Amino acid sequence: MNLHDPQLLILLGAIFGLLIIASLIGYVLSLRSMSLPQQATVANLNARIRAWWLMCIVFMAALSTGLIDAVILFGLISLLALREFVTLTPTRRADHEPLLWSFFVILPLQYVLVNMRWYGMFAIMIPVYGFLFLPARAAIAGDTRDFLERTAKTQWGIMVCVYCVSYAPALLMLDIDGYAGQNAKLLLFLVVVVQLSDVLQYVFGKLFGKHKIVPKLSPNKTVEGFVGGVLGASAIGMAMCWMTPFSVWAAGAIALLIALAGFAGGLCMSAIKRDSGIKDFGALIEGHGGVLDRIDSLCFAAPIFFHVVHYYYM
Amino acid sequence: MSLTQRFATTLIVGATRLLTGVQARWRAEPQAGARIYFANHSSHLDGAVIWASLPPLLRPRTRAVAALDYWEKSALRRYLAKRVFNVLMIDRNPQQSREQRNAPLQPLLDALDTGDALILFPEGTRGEGESIAPFKSGLYHLARQRPDVALVPVYLENLNRILPKGSLMIVPLLCSAIFGAPMCIASEESRDDFLLRARQALEELAP
Repeated sequence: MNLHDPQLLILLGAIFGLLIIASLIGYVLSLRSMSLPQQATVANLNARIRAWWLMCIVFMAALSTGLIDAVILFGLISLLALREFVTLTPTRRADHEPLLWSFFVILPLQYVLVNMRWYGMFAIMIPVYGFLFLPARAAIAGDTRDFLERTAKTQWGIMVCVYCVSYAPALLMLDIDGYAGQNAKLLLFLVVVVQLSDVLQYVFGKLFGKHKIVPKLSPNKTVEGFVGGVLGASAIGMAMCWMTPFSVWAAGAIALLIALAGFAGGLCMSAIKRDSGIKDFGALIEGHGGVLDRIDSLCFAAPIFFHVVHYYYM
Repeated sequence: MSLTQRFATTLIVGATRLLTGVQARWRAEPQAGARIYFANHSSHLDGAVIWASLPPLLRPRTRAVAALDYWEKSALRRYLAKRVFNVLMIDRNPQQSREQRNAPLQPLLDALDTGDALILFPEGTRGEGESIAPFKSGLYHLARQRPDVALVPVYLENLNRILPKGSLMIVPLLCSAIFGAPMCIASEESRDDFLLRARQALEELAP
């Protein structure tokens, strides 16, 4: 990452400025006298803000030391997400070997391919070769019970946690005319829009939420939160157009698209959690649950963002 | 502890926690002193995971009980057993007469008497992880001879998926160690009743 890029510095300044404001608001809220459930909400809010500080610092440190160029950070995120996913979707003894292949061969290989900037291969390795190999290996182990279901779980885990996540650092490989050496800002555009969409959905939901979208699935997701979050994220995307190769309206449209994809990702992962009878995928990040709870929307948005940019801007 | 021992301990505890992501959950506050942790046994990592889940202060005085024939097999195992885990080894095939039947338990009783805690796997062998096998009688004999020593059930979840029987490769999933409320043997309790009750206490911790 080029830390002398003034646009980048402005963006980083804005992100940390936002965190400082959020921390101040959280602090002021914690001073007011409130009922117990309100106190719990504020405590949760403050835990989330602290976690955001940590996540932003880790992300910025990884960007500036080149760990993201070498895709190591996202490889680790995939690893942590995959272990959360597989832990909570029961597997049988015969899945042990396919899982070993997933963790120790397919996952690293995917990131090696991204790092090699070998687009043709990294785009098909998991959906074609991985998808055929994993069930074949499970079949050799000879256990036929729930075979299709078990296969689907392994495939989904590797698809969502590895394949989709790897599209985020893959943005760095795109060769856009007149934008050479600035791709880190595309990655930041994606991450900022998707994560702020989540945050704004939470905020709008808490402030104005009345009508639940899918009450059976997620009692916290409301129409008001959804509209406010997605539109807010689109507006932020538009406002960020100066640091992207997109025009104002294109930036807004792309931000809308990835915010919608992110929302869909959150819904799908909630459905998996609800089906398994759990609230969070993990407990790694205080206030956020596990890694997978944090990146569920990014999983869906990253590949779509990558392909839109790849199609229209190269 | 010597410096190398300390280093080996830190390394093993760190590696165990990293690989298994173990989350310890205590239903009752952890306590120092003589007590027996008994757990379901499904992988080679079980002892190390329980040990890594304990508060650091309790670790040096908590000793896993294991079979001598297994831990004597290689120099590395001997080193780990003696220097790192301070394993209490029992001879499964002692050459001795009938009167000495209880002798294998003597080192365990001695350790309890000096205030050490023990980690036991009363199924006697590693199961497949699907269910808990009937307990061997060792736990009963210990409880009978030291009725004041608290028995703490520890349910290990998911370890059979991380390193199942028949594999030497670890899939780095997350596991948890659930420490139940301490129990004691009742004064007139028969062997079978006690072993069944202990096994149920362990089963109840399964999520």
